[in-house]
Formats: sequence, C-alpha cells, structure tokens
Amino acid sequence: MNAYIRPTNLAEATKLRAKAGSKILCGGTDFYPALGTAQPQGTIIDLTRIAGLDGISVGPQEIRIGACTSWTKLIASPLPPAFDALKAAGREVGSIQIQNRATIGGNLCNASPAADGVPPLLALEAEVELASAEAMRRLALSDFILGNRRTALKSDEILTAIIVPQQRARGRASSTFAKLGARHYLVISIAMVAVNLVRGDDGSVADAKIAVGACSAVAQRLRALEADLLGKPVAAELGRSAEARHLADLSPIDDVRATGTYRRDAALLLVRRVIGECAKGASA
Amino acid sequence: MTRHEIIAQGHAELEFSLNGKTVSVTSAPAERLSKVVREKLALWGTKVGCDAGDCGACTVLIDGAPACACLTSVQQVEGASVVTIEGLASCTRAGESLKQSFLAQGAAQCGICTPGMLVSAAALLEETRKPSEQQVMDALGGVLCRCTGYRKIISAVLAAAEGVESIYVSPKIGAAVGARIARLDGVRKVDGSEIFGADATPADALLARAIRSPHHHARFTLGNIDGWIGAHPGILRVLTAADIPSVNRHGVIEPFADQPVFAIDETRFKGEAVALVVGEPAAIESLDLGTFPVTWNELTPLLTMDEAQQGMLIHKERPDNLLTSGRVVSGDVDRALASAAVVVEGEFETGFVEHAYIEPEAAWARRVGDTVEIHTSTQAPYMNRDDLVKILGLAPEQVRIVPTAVGGGFGSKLDLSLQPFVAIAAFHLDQPVRMVYSRSESIMTTTKRHPARIRARAGVTREGKLVGLDFTGDFNTGAYASFGPTVANRVPVHASGPYFVPHYRALARAIHTHVVPAGAFRGFGVPQTAIAQEQLYDELAERIGMDRLEFRILNALDASQPTVTGQILGEGVGIRACLEVLRPHWARALKDADDHNAKAAHLRRGVGIAGMWYGCGNTSLPNPSTIRAGLKPDGRIALHQGAVDIGQGSNTVITQIFADALGVPIGIIDRVSADTALTPDCGKTSASRQTFVTGKAAELAGQALKASILRLANAGEGASFTLEDGKAIIDDGVMTHRIELTGLARDGFGYVLKSEETFNPPTTPLDENGQGEPYAAYGFGAHLAEIEIDVELGKVKIRKITAAHDVGRAINPTLIEGQIEGGIAQGLGMALMEEFHPGRGENLHDYLIPTIGDMPLVETILIEDQSPVGPFGAKGVGEQALIPTAPAILNAIHHATGMRIRRVPATPDRIRAALLSAKET
Repeated sequence: MNAYIRPTNLAEATKLRAKAGSKILCGGTDFYPALGTAQPQGTIIDLTRIAGLDGISVGPQEIRIGACTSWTKLIASPLPPAFDALKAAGREVGSIQIQNRATIGGNLCNASPAADGVPPLLALEAEVELASAEAMRRLALSDFILGNRRTALKSDEILTAIIVPQQRARGRASSTFAKLGARHYLVISIAMVAVNLVRGDDGSVADAKIAVGACSAVAQRLRALEADLLGKPVAAELGRSAEARHLADLSPIDDVRATGTYRRDAALLLVRRVIGECAKGASA
Repeated sequence: MTRHEIIAQGHAELEFSLNGKTVSVTSAPAERLSKVVREKLALWGTKVGCDAGDCGACTVLIDGAPACACLTSVQQVEGASVVTIEGLASCTRAGESLKQSFLAQGAAQCGICTPGMLVSAAALLEETRKPSEQQVMDALGGVLCRCTGYRKIISAVLAAAEGVESIYVSPKIGAAVGARIARLDGVRKVDGSEIFGADATPADALLARAIRSPHHHARFTLGNIDGWIGAHPGILRVLTAADIPSVNRHGVIEPFADQPVFAIDETRFKGEAVALVVGEPAAIESLDLGTFPVTWNELTPLLTMDEAQQGMLIHKERPDNLLTSGRVVSGDVDRALASAAVVVEGEFETGFVEHAYIEPEAAWARRVGDTVEIHTSTQAPYMNRDDLVKILGLAPEQVRIVPTAVGGGFGSKLDLSLQPFVAIAAFHLDQPVRMVYSRSESIMTTTKRHPARIRARAGVTREGKLVGLDFTGDFNTGAYASFGPTVANRVPVHASGPYFVPHYRALARAIHTHVVPAGAFRGFGVPQTAIAQEQLYDELAERIGMDRLEFRILNALDASQPTVTGQILGEGVGIRACLEVLRPHWARALKDADDHNAKAAHLRRGVGIAGMWYGCGNTSLPNPSTIRAGLKPDGRIALHQGAVDIGQGSNTVITQIFADALGVPIGIIDRVSADTALTPDCGKTSASRQTFVTGKAAELAGQALKASILRLANAGEGASFTLEDGKAIIDDGVMTHRIELTGLARDGFGYVLKSEETFNPPTTPLDENGQGEPYAAYGFGAHLAEIEIDVELGKVKIRKITAAHDVGRAINPTLIEGQIEGGIAQGLGMALMEEFHPGRGENLHDYLIPTIGDMPLVETILIEDQSPVGPFGAKGVGEQALIPTAPAILNAIHHATGMRIRRVPATPDRIRAALLSAKET
C-alpha cells in the first residue's frame, strides 16, 4: 500500500521501517529530484516530526548532530573550530533554499561521491548512529558509505545521528574546507578537500586528518599524507608536504564536470592550499 | 496511531497558513508544495523551472525561511506558515519596496525568475536590513535568471534596502523615445500575476505526455495501443503519426521543413516523440510510461560531423548529410594572403549550448467552435499558426495562437515543440488539453546553439591593415533543419567582423547528425564565428606589435567602405566610435592588470577586447511587420502590437516609439498584445528585428494616425492635437477645433479612426558570391573584458565587462542595458561553462549557466549612430549584446597567460590542460 507516515517518535518510525519497501523522506532535496516526473511509490516515512532527530547537543564525550539537522541550523550553531570545515561545506551545499531544508543525515544516506558533508566529517572521524526496531549500532562514517549511492544502512534501519568524539574537537584544532566547481553557487564539486589540524605545544603538527571528495566513488582520507605531516611545523608552507603520491589511491573519473586527470591535479593543488590555510588558522 | 501519524497516500486534508490566511487543502501528502499551491490553490505566481532545486524559481518562505516548494511535501507545511510572491507585500517587511524597486530598476525582464528572486530577497531583508553586495549575492545565489545578467537585480535589492524611493519616469508628450520608463507590462511580473504557458490552465484540461525515443537513432514498432489504453483507466487517447489530420511535418523555413510531429518507423535523435498519451491528469501523472507498447531497435548513430560526412544518409534527399551551405566571396583572398606581411591561422571549436530559459515549454489548447485555440509560450505566433494550419488541415482563421507571457526564449521558442501535440489532441478530443515539458524533456528535445568547427586564416600588411580572411565553418545542425539554413547564411556574411576586409572568402555548411536539432540561438552562428575571428585578429595585432585596441580602430569599418557583401552602408556605422570610447577604459584596465601581475603569484589578470557587428532582421528575405492602431470614441488609443515580448521589452519600446510618432502620452494607449486573432503579423521575435522592424511599423502607424486625426479639422502637418474624454482638440495654429469623437462613425474594431502600416526592411538578394545588401541596418559593438585566472587550477573569474554598443537610438536605455547585461551573462556562460552533451546531463545541475555569483560588474556605454532606416534611428541590440563577450574573455585569458583557448567552453580542466601543454612547448 502507498502510505505517507509522519511518526512522532523513533520507536514508531523504526517499527514502520521494519516493514518492507519503505522510503525515508526528510529534507526532500534528494528525494524529489530523484523522482523526476514519477509519483512516489510504497510507504514514505517522513522523519521531520521525530523529537530528538533535529538539533545538535554537545556532551562531555561527544558532539551529537541529529540526522535531521538542517545545514542552516548547523552553520548557525556554536561549535568548536574543528567544525569550521563542516560549516564551510554546509555553506556550499546548493543554495540557501537547499541548506534550509537539506539535512546532514540525508547528505550521508544519499551517498553521492560529491556529497559536500562527507570530507569534513571524515576528517572529524565521525561515526553514524543507526537505529532499527531491534537495535542501535554505530559505524565509522568510513564504514558506512560503501560506494556511489551505496551505504551500509539496512532496509530496516534509520540513520539517527552523526557523532563526533570530543577528542577531535578539543584543543588547538582547526579545520578548513575548499570546494572547486565550474561556477559560484548551486554547483556540484569537481573536487573538494577538508583538513583538520591539531597544533601541539611545540608548534608542530600533533594530529592531521585530510579528506578528499568527488575524486573517488567515496570520499577518501589521505592517511599517508596525514602521517607525513606529523611533527612538521604548523606554518603556511606545510601544504608543500603534499605530493602526488599521497593521492595515489584516488580514482577520479571523467564526467561532464571535468576530466579525471584534471581532478587528480586539482585535488593535489587544493590539498596543498587547504593545508596551508588551515595551518595559518591553527598558528594564529 | 492518531490521524496525524498515518495518512493514507490517497488524500489528506491539511491546514496551513498561506500568505497570512489559514487554508485547508485536500491533497496527496507527498505532493510537491509547488504543485499544490499552483494547481489546487490557484496561486500561479510560484514558478516551476526544474522540479529539482536547481533553479529556485519556486522559492517560497516556510516559517520565514526560503525553500524550494518543489522539494517540499505539502504534508511538511501542515501547521506552518507559507508565504508566496502573492503575499510578499503583506507578509514581509520589505516585500512591497522590493517589488517597486525591481520594477523601477528594470530588474525583471521575462519575469519567470522574478517571484523566486523577490521572495529570496525579502527573506534577506527580514534578517539583514543593510546587506552588502556579497550578502545579496549569497541570498540570491539559489535562483537562476537567464535574461538579466543579475546586475539590475542586485541594484534593485540594494536600493530597496537603502530605502531609495522607486521613481517612475513619466515622459512628456513627444519625449517617450529615450526615456527610461519602467516596462509597461512590469507590474504583473513583480506581483506574480503574469500568466506564463503553464499558468492558469483550465481546470477541466486533460494532460498529455509524450513517448520518446530512448536512443539517438532507432527503428521502432508500435504494439497494441488499444489494449494498453484499455488496461489504463483514465487514459483517453494515444496519438501517433496516424492521427495527424493533414501533414506530419513542420519547419521554420518552408523549403527545408522536415521535422515530423510524430516520427514514423525511425527516430533520428534521442527524445524524438513517437506518440502522445492523453488522459485525466491524475491518471497521466501516475502513469509509468515504460509500459507503453513500443519496441525499439537501436541503430548506430552518427553523432559527430566527421561521422556524418561518411555515414548513412539521415535524410535520403540530402547527400553527404549536408543540409545547406552558404558563401560570401569578395576580392582574391588567396593572392592577398600570399602577399600579406603576416598571416595567422587557427582551428576553433565550440560546444552545444542550451537556451536554458527558466520556463520550460508549455501550452494548452481547446476547440472553440470550428477553430483550435492554442495558448502557448512562443516567440513566433504567426509562424506557429501557419505550420499548425498545415498539420491540422484547417484554414488560417481556424487556428488561433494566443501567446502567453514567455519565460525566456532566446531563439528556441521560435520552433514548434509541444504546440502540435496539444492542438491535435484538443482537435480530436474536443476537450482542453495541456502539456508542460519537464526540464529534461526541454533540454533533450528542443533546439540548441550549433556546435561549430571553424578553420580560418587572416593576414595583415606591415602597417597593420587587414588584407584578407579565409574562413570555413562547419555547423552541426542535428537531425532536422530548424534554422540551420539561417546559420549557414548569416555566418559567411558576418565572419569578417566589423572591419574592412578587402579580400574575403567565407564558407559555412550545416551538417546533419543524429542529435537534437540545432536552431536559432541569439546570434545564429555569429557568436561562434566571432570566437575564431576575434582571436585571430588579436594574434595578428600581437604579431605585428600593435596595440590590440588600436589595431581594431585602424581596421574598423567606415560608413563609406564596402562590407564583405559589397554593401556600402553610408550611415549608421558606429564601430569606430564604440572602439574609441573604450580607449581610456583599456588604458586603465591594462595598467590595473600590469600592477596586479607584478606582484601576483597564481592569480593573474588579463584584459581582452572584441568587436562585433550584426545585421538586424532576416538575411535578404522579406520580414515585414504590421502595426494597427485606432482612435476609440472615448479618446483613448488602441495599439495592436503583435511583437511578442519575451522579456526584451517590445511591449514597452514599441509603445514608446508609437507614442512619440503619434504625439500622445503613453498613458492613453491601450495595448492589444500579440494574438493571431487580434494583432496583425509582426513576424517573429528573433534576429534583433522587433525594435527595428516592428518599431518602424509603429512609427509609420503613429504618423498615419496623427495625419488622420489632424484631417478631422483639415489641419496640415504643422498642426497639433490633444485627446480628451471623447474629444480631439486640434490646434492648426490659427484656431482650435474641438471634435466630438462619439459622434463619428465607427469601424469594425469600434474605432473612429484607424491606421495600419507595414514596414519591410529594404534588402537585396545575395548573388552566387554572397554579394548584395542582406540587411538594411547593422548594430555594432565592442566588449572589454577584465579577468582573473587561477593559473594553477585553470579557473577564470570575470571581474568587469565594459560594453560599448551602437544602438542607433536608445529608445529605452534601461531596457538596452538589461539586454546587454543579459547578453554578457550568456556570452560568459558560452565562454566558460556551458556545454550540452547529448544523452547526458539533461538537467540544470549538470548543464551549468552562470549564477549571480559569476556575473561581473558591467559598465555600458551607448553610442547612437543613427540608422537612416530604423525608427527614430534605432537598431537592434538583442543578439549584438552577446556576440563579443566570449572572444573578449578568451583574448583576456591569452593576455593573462600567453595561451590561446581554441575550444569552448574554457572549463577549468581545458584551461589547465592548455596551460600545461603551452609550458611544454
């Protein structure tokens, strides 16, 4: 049966989700474009009335972003500098119209290779919380998104929150994001980069997390580069440490936006620049 | 569970606040809010451009925050407050002043994006009383506009925020020409009441959808259609080629007409229609078109011009898949180039460009007695009528085209698209039938700008005088003719640019392929041509060590010199003036760039210049316009003005011309706008001809009516008159005559006096060498582009365009600036980002057009070198505005980097690849 259900609590939602063939609707910004001229079929579970899925809470151990939190709300929330990259990504999601409705959870579940939220959240080592009628589980974001439009979300599960450990946010952490597109506003990335740096007491890199999006089916961390940055001085020149070999695992494709060759080159340039900017922020 | 928790996907009743009032609506809960607001609540001001969040036309406020109504389920606004354009003035602090400001500043052209712009701007001013320009751009970045170039929108929002009072110019009698009056159809564009093709359709209209080829080239067999209809309740009729009452063919140029309404056996491009399904709207909307009984047999397509010249014949009567060719030859170019001091040559390529108006094609039709009436968004009502007459097998008076407002056209709404579908359906079913193209249908199936491949050589003397240009251009015209012949004819006439070129050979060919037809798009091939020619001339100037602007000034066509077709224009050749006026800007821009580059790292600046000329009206073909005017018994004037206003402003400009020719205030003129039953034929809105041709007809009609009015008192030319309530008061210099109009006999229109005048611009045919007088007037112009390029990423930002245009006479400078700014936006898109790949990216997030954030500052300088033929000396500007932008940008990229881009769009990847290969060599 076709039904449109707008439950008010998670228990109801997960119970409904257990039945076969349901679709989740939240901000609608991916749901409706995917429909085209077709009418929605099957059971639609609208999450927008469930208390607790919308909003950000900062706890002693972790920062919890409800899956139905809009980008606009996230951007306006007081969060530590480690979240600056995520906020910057939010400001580049489509347009204000989109940011007002689109949710962080939806961005992850849609699993586009060019999802703006993914690189900054990978750089925060975020986890996702998944709920079914039976159980709750957590997965590292890197284990949640499996491929182009593919996630580990089971057909009876709902993504309820994105969780960032406080240890990623404390201290002298800074973060920077850059998106490269062929125009201003309303643009899908050719490449994007998020960098989180933590400066140690001696002024060197105590921790680095770097993620690149739109250059592989799933946005990727550059772990070899992260390791190479450790111990180096946090300064504008830090970006020069990045080399082509650090991006070897990316698999950029040719599409209407750019060639794969260009993507690989542009990603390296962006990585260098964003590390440099982030380092400037961290040393300021 | 409560009622609120589970709602059957049938229909739910829900309440929300709409524009301050509580409304209750019964709807499927997942229905898009945009559809509910428009179709169920009859507020048609919220526009639908893409149904995907890519265009922002449907922006409404939900609890004060801008949102795309097309991405919001109506259920999600239950209990919320929704504000649409219709409620903006009463529900927001700045709504009214924004509307006034948009009107006064000319920020609305076609008006299709205006509601979305205004709603977004009102939300900004709710929170930020005095926004910066950057904040305005951030707030409006989600709404696409294809007409204005955004600059006047930004100014209008800033003016409203500053509390600048919106002042409307009200010219004195005889001073309408030259006045910056607000567009006369502007109020309904800013208040959301304008009716476009998809708006205010009859409630009982059936809905139609087309069955289209999924392949570039295929054969097909239709299956058991009657059985399929029987299995689908609510589907009333399927139309195929067998249901065409008369001729299954249309085309904008009669001798080349070749496009079927419905394909028979074979489809020649992806998206070509083979059938139309008509039925109850609910049944059509929930239909899975994939169940339609048709079997496809995919065939090998010829997608490129190279493939097409060796492959099968797409139309068996056209050898080599050559639709047609054009040529202009003068002097002896081979000898001239052999003896030139410097010769440069190059090969250039341009991409498929989509018109991307924000209003997709839309129409509805009904039978009224023995006529079929088609309400549609069109640029060419009479041409549409004449083709539909043939298709339907009816007499001309039995087909009536009622143009709605047009939400952008740019050439692609000249050709028929869905009009035959709704006309045939309404004809057979005797019930109103409506149809709106989805964005993907619009992009997939309607005409585009021709992709071009151009080879050219040009030479100069040591002193910098152009001696010759040898030019060959091939244009991919797609599966059907459309305006391919026009491109093939226009290109060779214009390939010289606005310069004196004594020895010249230009050949152009239009070649068929299995892609969507290329047709008319602002400039008919000349923008592509200018990309090659202006870059080559730049190179020549550099090779002989001459300043690039001075080189162009030296070679600028003089009124006494022959054009490449041997025409001596004598007057109205303003190219030298356009170039000379740019001298101080050029010097300033070069210095700015040098200063910046002296300390630049990866961001380098460059300055480029390009000239342009463009003939107004059809090429050596008649294209008359007829204007009818009448004096009504109450002393008001009727103006039957059949030039369709697609946003460019003909409703306003033609009225200004007419008012001054007649000698009356604009306020007493009642316009009767384009309608084949009510207005004489003013031809198509195309070829930059409406101000020039229809404007001239309006001038003549105004003068004729004036003479008739004066004759009421036997007064001569020197006499004057005024019109008052039911009276004409005529002063012949000796005495004042008061004529009671109510006492005079009335004609069939109810007019006591009438004038009807036709103007057809004087041209002569071109001979076998393309020699003759193809146009009665040319518009001229030059753009100066200042750019900044990230030489590592290959990304270009346009900082400023200074545009000088010779418009003959600026009838309405605000509207002309709007044309120029909008042309620049499209030229910028063509240069940097726009390319359609057939079969891919049929949407507005893969096909990119410039947003508000891409638009540079524009400084417009108007030159008035009057045309001896045009009304009050005026010439066209619509297409002229776009032509020099792309080559000026490309020349600026070269100035910044030393590297030539010969393939547009110059996307970041192409620029970087070119920079890398330039480094290697």
